[in-house]
Amino acid sequence: MCGFAGILSQRDKQTNRINQSTLQSMARVIEHRGPDEQGIYIKDNIGLAHRRLSIIDLSTGQQPMLSTDKNISLVFNGEIFNFIELREELVKQGHQFVTHSDTEVIIHMYQRHGEGFVQYLNGQFSIALWDSAQQKLLLIRDRTGICPLFYSFDNDCLLFASEIKALKPALLNGLSMSASSLDQVFTFWAPVSPNTIFENIFEISPGHMMITEPSGSRHVQYWDWSYDAELSTRSEAELTEELTELLIDATRIRLRSDVPVAAYLSGGLDSSTIVALIHKHGGIPLRTFSLNFKDKNLDERDFQDLLTKRFDTDHTRLVVKPEDISDALVDTINHTESPILRSAPIPMGLLSGQVRNEGYKVVLTGEGADEVLGGYDIFKEAKVRQFWAKNVNSAWRPLLLNRLYPYLNLPAGGESAYLKRFFGQALEQPDSLFFSHIPRWTTTAKAKLFFSDEMNAALTAKATDTLTDMLPSKVSNYHPFNRSQYIESKTLMSGYLLSSQGDRMLTKNSIEGRFPFLDHRLIEFANKVPPKYKMRAMNEKYLLKKAMQNYLPDKITHRSKQPYRAPDVNTGANNLTGQQFNEYFSAASIKSLGFFAPKKVELLLKKANSKKPLSTSESQALMGILSTQIIHKNFCNN
Amino acid sequence: MSDSDIKKGLRTFILTNYLFTDDESALGDDDSFLDNGVLDSMGVLELIDYLTEDLNVEVDGDEVTPDNLDSINKVVQFVTDKTKS
Repeated sequence: MCGFAGILSQRDKQTNRINQSTLQSMARVIEHRGPDEQGIYIKDNIGLAHRRLSIIDLSTGQQPMLSTDKNISLVFNGEIFNFIELREELVKQGHQFVTHSDTEVIIHMYQRHGEGFVQYLNGQFSIALWDSAQQKLLLIRDRTGICPLFYSFDNDCLLFASEIKALKPALLNGLSMSASSLDQVFTFWAPVSPNTIFENIFEISPGHMMITEPSGSRHVQYWDWSYDAELSTRSEAELTEELTELLIDATRIRLRSDVPVAAYLSGGLDSSTIVALIHKHGGIPLRTFSLNFKDKNLDERDFQDLLTKRFDTDHTRLVVKPEDISDALVDTINHTESPILRSAPIPMGLLSGQVRNEGYKVVLTGEGADEVLGGYDIFKEAKVRQFWAKNVNSAWRPLLLNRLYPYLNLPAGGESAYLKRFFGQALEQPDSLFFSHIPRWTTTAKAKLFFSDEMNAALTAKATDTLTDMLPSKVSNYHPFNRSQYIESKTLMSGYLLSSQGDRMLTKNSIEGRFPFLDHRLIEFANKVPPKYKMRAMNEKYLLKKAMQNYLPDKITHRSKQPYRAPDVNTGANNLTGQQFNEYFSAASIKSLGFFAPKKVELLLKKANSKKPLSTSESQALMGILSTQIIHKNFCNN
Repeated sequence: MSDSDIKKGLRTFILTNYLFTDDESALGDDDSFLDNGVLDSMGVLELIDYLTEDLNVEVDGDEVTPDNLDSINKVVQFVTDKTKS
């Protein structure tokens, strides 16, 4: 990955807000995204700054890059994986290239196709392209939201950057936190796009571009997850073959790099698939990395050992201790730039540090498989609950519950009134747009118990209403399973998994992640696969398991999904109530920000300190409150 | 221990441990723990822990039902019945 920042003056071409010093400051704070080189370009009413992580065309791919006629200037974060094929086509059409970089291909594609050029790109990218002849700025973000891109209209200027902290040096009035966005975090785990946790700071939504011209700005959606068509006449064998071919090619083009490439290997189906494909088709030595925990309920080392032997990988294990998590928390939050409710991003940030220490810049991972091919428990839960909705007194309930969570130590009597209450939520509305997600969101929202009276008074709309407003009407016509996938891709995946747990935890150590399952060709194919091939009865990612049965050991394709989980926040030495967090939890600090009720926070800390286990919502509240306080102190205090 | 002592101790436990407040009006004696989101499956284990350790009441698995444990008054009644038997 790289990072960039920029300023466009919308009125005064001679504004003194665009200057070397400000752009230098904006670039400096995102040096971690691109430690190899820096470039700054200022011309009339545009200023661009770029930090480069050199991966392709190490010698001539510097940015900002200008077209040969100097009309187009460009900064770009990410990779265009099909740039070789696009370049060949452009050369045939008479285009002449100065470099061998994917960056220059973007410029020529824009010259050839105009705004529609982005349709041809296969990759992960955020782009700022300035067309000086038309006085037009394009801010573009990839289809699924892998690469971040933020902006703010600040008086007479449009500011934009890969991270919010890079906007701050140019903002006239600093940053302040948004109550409604915090409410969204305490419901969906992330603000609903295009919101961020800060007032007046927005992101370019995945699959969108914002075009700013002298007449104003407009947003264009060039891609979306669509389940309009279905491959209902294809056989299972045909679908399996096509999925396999797409996976092979998606992985192949993601190995394009002028520096060595490694892979994450958790021991689950998704990362194992990527490692198996690299082993068979990649033609490179396999270098793999995994996270490990002392808690055997979280650790997957037996499966990792099986795979590292099978694929003969040079493997590095990072064992994360509970105290490592609390030690790294503040630094992690400075990178997520959003409150988090679980500790899961922290070990991911530690792992990317290990990758960097071993001399690598690029890792392939299995991210996206669950959303694209139907792997999440939430999809299973929805099936079970839909069954319950139709068969209210079925004797099968206990069996179904045990099948749902074989990896959890459920309280004795899996059929307890309390589990019934959880899974029985919204049974009276099986056709609700959010049927699949209501139990998760309700559990998360319990952490709002700690909101102050002032915070509750400031909230004028329900978080779910904000999401409803954002969803296109077509979603209600989708099959319930596809509806769940769509909502998951728009909330947890792009807002949290690819951001707080993805890009931010990779780039903090100057690592680029690549995700074959998020190749848009693969997504478009998978979205047409009938749901019955994604989850066969209660067997998740059925078609992927079929595709991989000749690549992976049976122990991997036959195992039930174990979601990635990190140690809870209040166990042993991993205690968020330690002295180092006193300044964030003090009554004065809580009162000063005003989002949380000091007395309630005090009682929560008391409970956590008593060493009693916290419930899921209490753990989430503790982490959510602390991370919110950290953001306020580190971003909003001038 | 009298019923009113049991109720007072239980009320303080429920308010501070689940609702994180000392506001007595936050929960009525007959308000359902389930309907008001006071308890989840983890919370009920804590409640059983409280009954066992603080009130010396052993709770059998088949007694973990809303009939016995779903409001302050129900829990007090359950404890009283168990203590008598």
